Amino acid sequence: MLSYVVRRILMMIPTLLVISVLVFIIIQLPPGDYFTTYMNELQSQGEAIDKAKIEFIKQQYGFDKSMPEQYVTWVWGMLHGDFGYSFEYSLPVSEVVGDRLLLSFIVSFTTIMFTWIVAFPIGVYSAVRQYSVGDYSLTFLGFLGLATPNFLLALVLQWMAFSTFGTSIGGLMDPVYLEADWSLDKMLSVLEHLWVPVLVIGTSGTAGMIRRLRANLLDELSKQYVITARAKGLPPGRALMKYPLRMSLNPFIADIGNLLPEVISGAAIVSIVLSLPTTGPMLLTALQSQDMYLAGSFLMCLATLTVVGTLLSDLALAMLDPRIRLGGDANR
Amino acid sequence: MTETVGTPNKHYVNKAPFDPDVAVTLTPEQERYYMASQWRLMWWKLKRHRLAVVSGAFLVAVYVSILISEFLAPYDLQARHTDFLYAPPQSVHLFHEGDFVGPFVYGYKVSLDMEHLQWLYADDPSKVQPLRFFCNSGDYKGSKYEFWGLLSGQFHFICPAKGGQLFFLGTDRLGRDVLSRILYGARISLTVGLIGIIISFSMGLTIGGLAGYYGGMVDAVVQRIIEIIRSFPSLPLWMALSAILPVTWSPLLVFVGITVILGMLDWPGLARAVRSKLLALREEDFCVAAQLMGAKPSRIIGRHLLPSFMSHLIASATLSIPSMILGETALSFLGLGLRPPITSWGVLLNEAQNINVVALYPWLMYPVVPVILIVLAFQFLGDGLRDAADPYK
Repeated sequence: MLSYVVRRILMMIPTLLVISVLVFIIIQLPPGDYFTTYMNELQSQGEAIDKAKIEFIKQQYGFDKSMPEQYVTWVWGMLHGDFGYSFEYSLPVSEVVGDRLLLSFIVSFTTIMFTWIVAFPIGVYSAVRQYSVGDYSLTFLGFLGLATPNFLLALVLQWMAFSTFGTSIGGLMDPVYLEADWSLDKMLSVLEHLWVPVLVIGTSGTAGMIRRLRANLLDELSKQYVITARAKGLPPGRALMKYPLRMSLNPFIADIGNLLPEVISGAAIVSIVLSLPTTGPMLLTALQSQDMYLAGSFLMCLATLTVVGTLLSDLALAMLDPRIRLGGDANR
Repeated sequence: MTETVGTPNKHYVNKAPFDPDVAVTLTPEQERYYMASQWRLMWWKLKRHRLAVVSGAFLVAVYVSILISEFLAPYDLQARHTDFLYAPPQSVHLFHEGDFVGPFVYGYKVSLDMEHLQWLYADDPSKVQPLRFFCNSGDYKGSKYEFWGLLSGQFHFICPAKGGQLFFLGTDRLGRDVLSRILYGARISLTVGLIGIIISFSMGLTIGGLAGYYGGMVDAVVQRIIEIIRSFPSLPLWMALSAILPVTWSPLLVFVGITVILGMLDWPGLARAVRSKLLALREEDFCVAAQLMGAKPSRIIGRHLLPSFMSHLIASATLSIPSMILGETALSFLGLGLRPPITSWGVLLNEAQNINVVALYPWLMYPVVPVILIVLAFQFLGDGLRDAADPYK
């Protein structure tokens, strides 16, 4: 087990390195850089340009160096916790990102919890009462959740939240708490605003999860040991809970790896629509204004989060399911 | 032996002559079933899946409709009706004050609300505007079009009355008919999915095929690449990539670019399926036999291995078209995807980006209805195909 964990963690390193190269290429690809855009903008407005300042920043961040050198500087900085400098905010990236990453994390975490809590009973119900009216309507609802574009659902729900509950529009908390320190009221306000994004981001993941759980459980339920258990007079609830359910739970854990990128993607667009102070909207503007270190570090953080999430789900799965072989790639 | 010869046995004996082949000969139905090709069996199995058949028919109808959008839409794509900005949808009536008129709409009664600074529209019962069908008159604004940009024409399946309006789904900010724009938008939105899937399908087949057939190093590298691509959250990656497309590109080039991006990022799932199937199949006897006879790898993969699980691939490809359509919609909605004058459903929804729209002009959200329908249809069809893909089960 230990060697499996170690090998799995070591395998992350090349993956993350390749991802960092890709991210760097992606943020470097657009022609020009932030400063050309910035200077053009200033010039068009007829404002004076502080050439010295720009040259200084350019030099400090190695814009005059070659691409590989810039890359090494960037990665080396990240390893030391220096994520670069956001030109648009004139702040180090880590300061800009910090708060938002936390909120992103809260939203994603709650969403995954929501997905599990909702998908579990529904999936079990659909499998146990296969082809019943409830199964059909829930399945259809799930399909509908998959097919509706997130962002529109977000808009409509937000409108409903406003018109029926009077929740303020946009943001993750009431405007009064924006500058306030964390307190109980602030937490409550966040909770009050959280349900719309969580519901919206969670729908498609929940639908997929329900379908997988249902299929898995159906496979298990038709196996002979279940029939034997029933024939021997085990109460139905116990005959369901004791083994089949446990067997079909694997997707819940195995899916974190799939769920996480999905949730983060969903969170990105939904937060743009709802103007939540999470990473999504900031990434969008950073990409548009070519604020490259901000965008790059963001992408890197998101990808790292996903890779770590996948690692955790793999480890949890290996721990919970003894059938998973811990050998190398050969017997996968 | 107490029985005398000649007395009949007590048990029943069939008088008919015994046919020793009875277990081997087939009834016509059985013969039809056993001799049917795999594709025929799949077709029979698919036919039993009612929902999948309906969805398939719907999709075919929609794809045919994009060939003749110009006829179906009452107005041209860019026709602007400056007197009717943000006009609400009209509904079709049959009876006017108790008299049967046939399908008609009421004209608009327009007034200006100075307090909220907005146009108010109401039905004007004095203006009865019967619909015209199969008209070729070209006597209203936006009736003339260039069929696929080549032939000019003015024939429509449905037209407003002379001097009247026909906005089934209302108009947008510039007074353009939403219904017509949805019909035209289908052209782009639906082809994005098709072209994207062709790209991802060919990439998935090639890469997954190589990895599965050769195994070893090739496989390991491909596996890592797939893992890396899948560990990126797709939407931020799409956003980053489409931000790369130069602003100077023409809308058509952007369309191609977006499609390629969507296709390029979709192949890992397919490649993975191809790989695992190939890994299992290459150990089969027929494959070894082909190898021993000296067939080239490309021939073995293409001629012997791929056909044996093509049906599965088609099913999974069908299931991944919706994600591309949704992806394009999301990107265009954010303003990172397609740009006007190219019109897709995502571009139309871009107008519905803010909450005022939901409150004041909800009909601008109608383009989401075809998106949902198409995605659902692809899902159901894909589900049916997946069940049918293995007809021997």
